[in-house]
Amino acid sequence: MRMSGIRVLDAFAQAYVFVFRGSPLLVQIFLIYYGLGQFRPTLQEWGLWGFFREPYWCAVLALTLNTAAYASEIIRGGLQAVPHQQVEAARACGMSGFLLFRRIVFPIAVRQALPAYGSELILMVKATSLASIITMMEVTGIAAKLISQTFRAVEVFVVAGVIYLILNFTITRIIMAIEWWLSPHLRHPPAVKPALDAVHV
Amino acid sequence: MKLFKAIGLGLLASAFAIGGAMAQGKTVKIATEGAYAPWNFTGAGGKLEGFEIDLANDLCARMKVKCEIVSQDWDGIIPALNAKKYDAIMAGMNITDKRLEVIDFTRPYASGLHGFATMKDSPLAKLAGLGQRANLDKDPAGAQKILDDWKTLLKGKTVGVQGSTVNSQFLEKHLKDVITIREYKTTEQHDLDLAAGRVDAIFAAHSSMKATLDQPEFKNMAIAGAGFSGGVLGRGVAVGLRKGDAELKGQFDAAIQDAIKDGTIQKLTEKWFKVDMSPQS
Repeated sequence: MRMSGIRVLDAFAQAYVFVFRGSPLLVQIFLIYYGLGQFRPTLQEWGLWGFFREPYWCAVLALTLNTAAYASEIIRGGLQAVPHQQVEAARACGMSGFLLFRRIVFPIAVRQALPAYGSELILMVKATSLASIITMMEVTGIAAKLISQTFRAVEVFVVAGVIYLILNFTITRIIMAIEWWLSPHLRHPPAVKPALDAVHV
Repeated sequence: MKLFKAIGLGLLASAFAIGGAMAQGKTVKIATEGAYAPWNFTGAGGKLEGFEIDLANDLCARMKVKCEIVSQDWDGIIPALNAKKYDAIMAGMNITDKRLEVIDFTRPYASGLHGFATMKDSPLAKLAGLGQRANLDKDPAGAQKILDDWKTLLKGKTVGVQGSTVNSQFLEKHLKDVITIREYKTTEQHDLDLAAGRVDAIFAAHSSMKATLDQPEFKNMAIAGAGFSGGVLGRGVAVGLRKGDAELKGQFDAAIQDAIKDGTIQKLTEKWFKVDMSPQS
């Protein structure tokens, strides 16, 4: 929307990104869960209470809105980093519209944006630890509960940390694999066997 | 110049304060939760207030030590005591066997009942035994009878409770097989969710729920069923101390004994809870 050139859409996207990137995720989760919880009659009228009643969906909504704001800026950065020359070259070859986007702009933009988006994914995994404040029992929540039962803070938190590490290790490997697949120009070209036959002819 | 004067005076005052403390021996750092009205809560001005703040000041005066009261989140309050972030806990904490494994307690300075609260129009408002007391230590059979009575009404309901408390242990031990337990960080949060209808009932100390009922937003909430004590609910609220801190324990015990004897605790509990909650026995 920021790149559409339509002023209303641009303003809307800017405001959205400003709000969700500018305020702490913790506050957003609180507002969505406890804040909207106070407007139960209205939400029931709209048939949305079933959704907002569950802490799980509130957490998912808060995390989605938050990560969407960051991701939209990352993708915008990627799209804007596509060199003009390449677009012009594509135009010269007769591509336009969707074809141009699919073949040239999109693959390059994704390649540019991927490392930043990978960090965002990792940040999101870690941000799920905030969901325990709205009674969602995720890794950190369960860790806190175990500590209260056993009073062994160090051991439990080390294990919780390792779980996050494993999750994030998997994600970084996947992102690295995609990056490798998307950047053939950075890899060594396969060694070409000298065409000896041609000499003998 | 005025600013410098002010800073200078401030420094001087703090120097005196430190000097004063040293003259009196040491400063005892006491941790409280600050989110458990009326035991301890953060007032409108951001200052800690409540029964335990008043009592701590009174006990410290009796012990002739300087006290500093700090707030600390409930779920880390015991580990932080053992990590020497402070010397004592006064946060509505009940003496339980589980906690005695890692920390020491003084003699209790208050005791109270625990039970359910729900919205007035909820079917759970008819839980048996309203106004009665059930003690899991002194009358286990009677208490169990009430629990069995409750189970038919409670079946399949969701109950909110503050995590890592005697209340959550009570639910885990006695009612786990019939209800869904949802754990919160503070009691204020489960109060909000009860009002919002996300949970069918909450289980907490009667004293803290009565304080909630007084607020206009929660006028439709009511205490339901009998009040419980004993068993996993512990043997009264006491000051938590690090194991082996015998000197401080001795001082606190003597001060609490004094405060019970001369009626200070009765006066303070009546001020904050509207009922006398000084420990029996």
